[in-house]
Amino acid sequence: MNSIATAVSMPETAVQEGTDVDHKIEYPATTVGAPFVDKAKLRMRGIDVFYGDKQAIHNVSLDIGQHEVVAMIGPSGCGKSTFLRCLNRMNDTIEGCRVSGDIQLDGEQINGASVDVVPLRARVGMVFQKPNPFPKTIYENVAYGPRIHGLASRRAELDEIVETSLTRAGLWNEVKDRLDQPGTGLSGGQQQRLCIARAIAVSPEVILMDEPCSALDPIATARIEELISELRENFTIAIVTHSMQQAARVSQRTAYFHLGNLVEVNDTERVFTNPEHALTEAYITGRFG
Amino acid sequence: MQFDQHISRQFNDDLEQIKTDMLEMGGVVARQVEDAVTALADADSELAEKVIRIEEEIDEREMTLDENCTLIIAKRQPAASDLRMVMSVIRTVHDLERIGDEAQKIAKLAIQLSQEGSAPRGYTEVRHIATAVRAMLNESLDAFTRFDAESALKTMAADEQVDQDYKSAIREMVTYMMEDPRSISRGINVLWALRSLERIGDHAKNICEQVVYLVRGTDIRHGNL
Repeated sequence: MNSIATAVSMPETAVQEGTDVDHKIEYPATTVGAPFVDKAKLRMRGIDVFYGDKQAIHNVSLDIGQHEVVAMIGPSGCGKSTFLRCLNRMNDTIEGCRVSGDIQLDGEQINGASVDVVPLRARVGMVFQKPNPFPKTIYENVAYGPRIHGLASRRAELDEIVETSLTRAGLWNEVKDRLDQPGTGLSGGQQQRLCIARAIAVSPEVILMDEPCSALDPIATARIEELISELRENFTIAIVTHSMQQAARVSQRTAYFHLGNLVEVNDTERVFTNPEHALTEAYITGRFG
Repeated sequence: MQFDQHISRQFNDDLEQIKTDMLEMGGVVARQVEDAVTALADADSELAEKVIRIEEEIDEREMTLDENCTLIIAKRQPAASDLRMVMSVIRTVHDLERIGDEAQKIAKLAIQLSQEGSAPRGYTEVRHIATAVRAMLNESLDAFTRFDAESALKTMAADEQVDQDYKSAIREMVTYMMEDPRSISRGINVLWALRSLERIGDHAKNICEQVVYLVRGTDIRHGNL
């Protein structure tokens, strides 16, 4: 972060008592607030990400606790999605992308060349911005993962996983009579819940969500948000969102990224009422930062 | 603190407007307190009538400001310092309205007392406490204007002295009334006026607490310093 800090050298904060200051704000030397927790499910230390020569993430360290929802916010291009994709090695699929640093899931290193990403991605599932059901039936969309991971030995077991996953995703009642119809025939909100059902069907421990509601209307969004609160009982969730209100509603802690730096992590309540860093304040209040 | 840096200029204007309107309301309320106390001290029932008339205007200002704050919440979903600004304006407006009510009570007592003739005892105490709470009110509004939490905290401390002076004024009044039972009915009216002034001091203190909340984000109400 220091490299950026030297590039932007301006007064310390934008919020000073009784005085007017220039609105350009300096980076903190290290992430302010509470980036670490006692019992971390995911533990990230010193993460750097490069696309070719360009550094997209600068020395980010963060913990995500068990059964915690952590929201990642920040302007476009701030690196929040790139960071999220480090957590299940999705960046491996991008040509020229290099991730260095220490990433542990339950104390196990997951950022090594020797790590098999297939079981890792079963443990750390992902839901994307645009609902992307397989061009298969609703049933097959959910059954596919458990089948390839060998989670069910009999058809009845598979049926049960499909029903449980769809129920947990709040979709069962809407689709139970048409499981043999294509998943792509559902509405946008239903498709996204189908994708969530697909993600949870393989019993992951962590679910990563990359702007899961940005293509949905407010009602479908409300359903997904409600679902996130319920899923939290069984899963650990990291969500990237452009909606500040969504971050405020669903998460326990909020992380603010800016130009590849993790500026602040704090309790969500704190971030939205009295953020610690002036850059966070500027972003969430819609000021020039 | 800066409220003119939003990407939405309309949002800058909306926030500036509620602050300006609130401070304007504060100015009217401060004037009401001054006039009510003068009406009492000078047995000026005409001035007291004016205070009672203007009270309606204060109620209207309260409703308009409430409405405008509600609209900002509905349209902008303010966060952080913006949210604290809206919340502290809502709470301060409520306190200002209550101060207006107390000024009106004093004005009504002024009319009653002026009808009863000669100035009763206890007016020295009324003047003394009135001076202190008017200063508190003006300082609290100044602190809001300048986002000055430090001076708000200083002003809050003055409320203790007001409370002490109020208690000793009550003791004085009890003594007067015991000395001259014919003065009891008037004495009670003076007590009510003292009580209203003491309440105004409490409301001014509340406004100071809102300044600290706005600037520092800490809720220091109910002694949580």
